[in-house]
Order: sequence, then structure tokens, then C-alpha cells
Amino acid sequence: MLHLINESPFESKSLDDCLKYAAKGSPILLFEDAIYGAMAGTSLEEKMKGILADHDIYVLKEDLAMRGVDQLIDGMKEVDCTGFVGLVEEHKTASW
Amino acid sequence: MNEEMEENEEMAKLMIVFRTAPYGSIYAFEGLENVLIMAAYDQDISVLFVDDGVYAIKKGMDTTATGIKNFSPTFRAMEAYDIEKVFIDRTSMEERGLKLEDLVVEPEVVEAEAVEKMMEEQKNFFMF
Repeated sequence: MLHLINESPFESKSLDDCLKYAAKGSPILLFEDAIYGAMAGTSLEEKMKGILADHDIYVLKEDLAMRGVDQLIDGMKEVDCTGFVGLVEEHKTASW
Repeated sequence: MNEEMEENEEMAKLMIVFRTAPYGSIYAFEGLENVLIMAAYDQDISVLFVDDGVYAIKKGMDTTATGIKNFSPTFRAMEAYDIEKVFIDRTSMEERGLKLEDLVVEPEVVEAEAVEKMMEEQKNFFMF
């Protein structure tokens, strides 16, 4: 199951809700305002690193560029829109 | 007549608050338009960036891949409109991994208590 999150982790509990039910090893894709969760140097960095221990986290490149976010936490995987489609083809999806 | 004139001379204090991230919703863009429109009416304007609103003035946005207009440089026009009261909440900024040099404008960094006081002084608010 691929978990899709598009809301800022600073303002929304989508990510926390997702984590309550996401099976260990299931990938998470951050896009739109959710990409701020992948940014290095924020108060969420340690928490995100903890999540990376159990899940692959993908981040949509186009949304990063648009928001001027170029410093990511180590281990975050960037995907472009084509990569996004590929992931959706590979997995069942859940949008939080 | 005299009373009317006096009323007009008193500029209304109003504050425009950015509290949402850009592009995920239309709010930040609408907020910017609001700032520039209000400035044209010679109001006593304060602009405040809090919560995810601090991301609206981050440097380095490149929207070419998405075809959406990058509106962040337009915040620099505030200076041309003589808007000098521009503030950013310290906690919001620090939690979100931003420093002053990461921003397209140079707001004054304020603490939450100062924000509270500033809000009490305003006549009107516009939240975006």
C-alpha cells in the first residue's frame, strides 16, 4: 500500500493518522504542502528520520522546486511526476 | 464636514496575516493581492507571517515545471508601496527551518507576545 499525503505536517495530522495504520515497510509519498516534511533543518527532522527507519519516503520533485525547498533530510527519495505515476501503478494507494 | 475630515485623516490600522503555505491553496496569493490593494488606499498596514505562512516568502521558488506563476518575488513590491511594518513570528520561522537570509523580503522578527500586542492595536484583520 502506497500512502499519499498532500497536507503540511506542521498544520495537519494527515501524516500522524497515516502512521498509525501504515504497515511497516509500506512507502509514503509526500506531495503539495506535505513536502515541507522532507525539508532539512525543521523541528520535524528527528521525527521524519524515525519514520524513514520503517518506511521509504518519496517526495515529489516538482512540488519541491515550486516551493524553493532544496535541502532534504538524508534518505528522502525524490520522484518526478512520471515516477509518481510509476509508484501508483505498482501499489494500491491510500490518500490521507 | 469637519468631523468627516477628521475621520478621513485617521488612517485605519489594519493587519494582513499570512498563515498558509503557498501553492497548496490560493490563500497566500490572495493575501498578497490584498496587501497591494490595501496599500493603494494609504492605510496603516502591517503584514505578518506566521505558521506555514512563513513559507510564502521563501527564496528559490521555481514554478516553471508546473506552469503556475511564481508570486514570491512580488512580495518585494511591498517596499515600493511604502509598507514598512513587515513581521515574522520567530517560532514559526525556526520550527520550519528558515533563517532571515532564506527570505525574499526582510521582515522584523517578533515573538508571539509581541504579535499578541500588535493584534490588539489593529482595527481590522485579513487572514490568509
